[in-house]
Amino acid sequence: MALKCGVRVFKLNTIRQAVRLLSTHSSPEAVQNAKVGDFPGARAPYVTELKFLSEASYDPIPIYRVLDHNGQVIDGREEPNIDKETLLNMYKTMVQLSQMDKIMYESQRQGRISFYMTNYGEEGIHVGSAAALSPSDLVFAQYREVGVLLYRGMTVTEIVNQCYGNCEDPGRGRQMPVHYGSKQHNIVTLSSPLATQMPQAVGAAYALKRVPNNDRCVICYFGDGAASEGDAHAAFNFAATLDCPVIMLCRNNGYAISTPTREQYRGDGVGARGAPLGLRTARVDGTDPLAVYRAVAAARGRALAHNQPVLIEAMAYRVGHHSTSDDSTAYRPAEEIHKWNSEESPIRKFRQYLEQKGYWDVESDEALFKEARNRVVKTMQEAEKKKLPPWKEMLEDVYYEMPPRIQKQVKQMEDHLKNYGEHYPLDKYQPE
Amino acid sequence: MNALTTQNVSTLTKLVKCVNAYSKRLSSHFIYFPDNEAPLEGETSKMNMMQAINNAMDLTLKNDPTAVLFGEDVAFGGVFRCALGLQEKYGKDRVFNTPLCEQGIAGFGIGVATAGATAIAEIQFADYIFPAFDQLVNEAAKARYRSGGQFPCGGLTVRAPCSAVGHGGLYHSQSPEAYFAHTPGLKVVIPRGPITAKGLLLSCVRDRDPCLFLEPKILYRSANEMVPVDDYTLPIGKAQVLREGDAATLIAWGTQVHVLLEVAQMAKEKLNVNVEVIDLMSILPWDEETVCNSVKKTGRCLISHEAPLTSGFGAELAATIQEECFLHLEAPVSRVTGWDSPFPHVFEPLYLPTKWRCLDQLEKLLRY
Repeated sequence: MALKCGVRVFKLNTIRQAVRLLSTHSSPEAVQNAKVGDFPGARAPYVTELKFLSEASYDPIPIYRVLDHNGQVIDGREEPNIDKETLLNMYKTMVQLSQMDKIMYESQRQGRISFYMTNYGEEGIHVGSAAALSPSDLVFAQYREVGVLLYRGMTVTEIVNQCYGNCEDPGRGRQMPVHYGSKQHNIVTLSSPLATQMPQAVGAAYALKRVPNNDRCVICYFGDGAASEGDAHAAFNFAATLDCPVIMLCRNNGYAISTPTREQYRGDGVGARGAPLGLRTARVDGTDPLAVYRAVAAARGRALAHNQPVLIEAMAYRVGHHSTSDDSTAYRPAEEIHKWNSEESPIRKFRQYLEQKGYWDVESDEALFKEARNRVVKTMQEAEKKKLPPWKEMLEDVYYEMPPRIQKQVKQMEDHLKNYGEHYPLDKYQPE
Repeated sequence: MNALTTQNVSTLTKLVKCVNAYSKRLSSHFIYFPDNEAPLEGETSKMNMMQAINNAMDLTLKNDPTAVLFGEDVAFGGVFRCALGLQEKYGKDRVFNTPLCEQGIAGFGIGVATAGATAIAEIQFADYIFPAFDQLVNEAAKARYRSGGQFPCGGLTVRAPCSAVGHGGLYHSQSPEAYFAHTPGLKVVIPRGPITAKGLLLSCVRDRDPCLFLEPKILYRSANEMVPVDDYTLPIGKAQVLREGDAATLIAWGTQVHVLLEVAQMAKEKLNVNVEVIDLMSILPWDEETVCNSVKKTGRCLISHEAPLTSGFGAELAATIQEECFLHLEAPVSRVTGWDSPFPHVFEPLYLPTKWRCLDQLEKLLRY
């Protein structure tokens, strides 16, 4: 994004430079006696040469990183100052997440839960961003951000209970697996429609900024596919025009189910849409937790100090299949997956960083993986034993108070079950 | 140059006046029956429906510091002037314009409510609410249910001007209540005039569930009543019997209530029968008890709405009435509605469920 010196546009004596703004790759002749056009919709220099901008008119947004492929800090000045405990917590969350994904994915394959979505390859975005936020910041997530939930303190038990939809799921078993939410952890309950959370995040940020002495911002996660939805554009535009303290964090993992980004958009990714709409924008290496941390911490500072919306495009790769309903080898080569799962693995990279700092070793790592696996297995065994919520919860929480017509429907179902109850799996539900 | 402009303006004014006269003729498909009883004792003031809505929002902004009012062109008062003066009174951070994007407005409002504040979102015309359909139907309506009550979005009220106005054509005339009535979790409310507008809007704003408040735009200026100046609410989910009778039950909401009140008067004069008129007021949830008690008493029912016949909300009423009142019915439930076409511009007088079409059908209903 080379269009960065807009202020100069207003100086007549720098018209040459202003014209050059149209391109970083060519230098059209300076226009003599040019003036600045002052329209309600734009203030810009007049030119006499018609020129259409293209993708090539702009340099690509650079990808900010702190760590190289081997987990080494490239420029010591950029290494964030994070204490050991936090760094280890970030790493442990990544490992816990990857192990939970592995076991939950398998459990779906065994028919124990109905659906699951893994987070492989994007763990760095989760913990890097979560660690940079305050626990009181409000999270609007898409569905592939479980690391953020774990980092915030949601337990494996809470996550597994949701996937089983049992009586301890705060969502009362109403949603498919992976639709988490926790008021206690400031994580707004997820829904399946894509990008709907984006303008909502902006609205929540607006409400927060009006709270006296506000110290909370909002972070909104979304994918490269979701960014094509109308709601995404709405969110960017509202965030900018209404000065909302919101961080829009795009997880660009290369695929929307099977659709690769080259069929999802033209131009320089999702990040290219930020600055032209008035959002401070940066692109980071999403496989580098420290780069994500730095970007989100800086974005949070801007959001809170100036009510400035920020777009961060975190580049990554969706190493796993889209969901348990998908086989990604049908649309992408195995070698591609392998590359991102090995040399670009955020977990490996971060482990190497911790080892280089002397914070971690092989023995600790083996113990951590084992502990993480056991925790999930044990939790699943417990979750499976738990009953589903009482069936009448099917018709509760539609409204704050149950309207008479729904009361009538509860009664109808009760009457039906008196005669036909044996045909329903009533023993799976908690008694009333 | 100035003179020319003045002349142009003057020509334009004449033209507008002329168009207005033309549209008034087209739009006078009903006589307004004002509410004469105030729901609250105390001081009243003459208000049209626009002023009553403005008054309700004024009270909300005054008493609830978290409340914000926003939408397209809301800052200067809104194209129907319902927000007039409110930005000056409460500031630019509480009453403001948004970009022109209905899905953004609805989503933004849900977010405001999710963060615990009160959101009054204005959609400029109900005809343009469909880009926001996903946000309202999949998000606002399901927020409480899917989160197990953790993140309800009751702080959201979406206001949208609806229904026929005499010259609105396809995209400034629709009555989309039935689309939303099919959505558990939403509340859908339509006032019939200034008193009901103020009381119901204040209820919507304070309700623990998200509400869609549809405002028949033709009533903004044509409906005048003595409205209590103090704060009051009217219950959502309760219909009102506006005229008692024994020969038939006539049910409507919004502008159409006034058409049916006139039909009731005509029925008395021409047919010498007393018919009952019910204003449903709340489409979702709707007052089955009041409706069914009335139909059980009269044995005949005519439902009328401006929206098209097929899958209009009248269909739901008719189905429930036949199920609940079957042995009391002397005739099949009748529906007089807009035709199953898009809302037409120059054919509006023929498209609407006019008093004559309603009277015609009532006669058939009584003779059945």
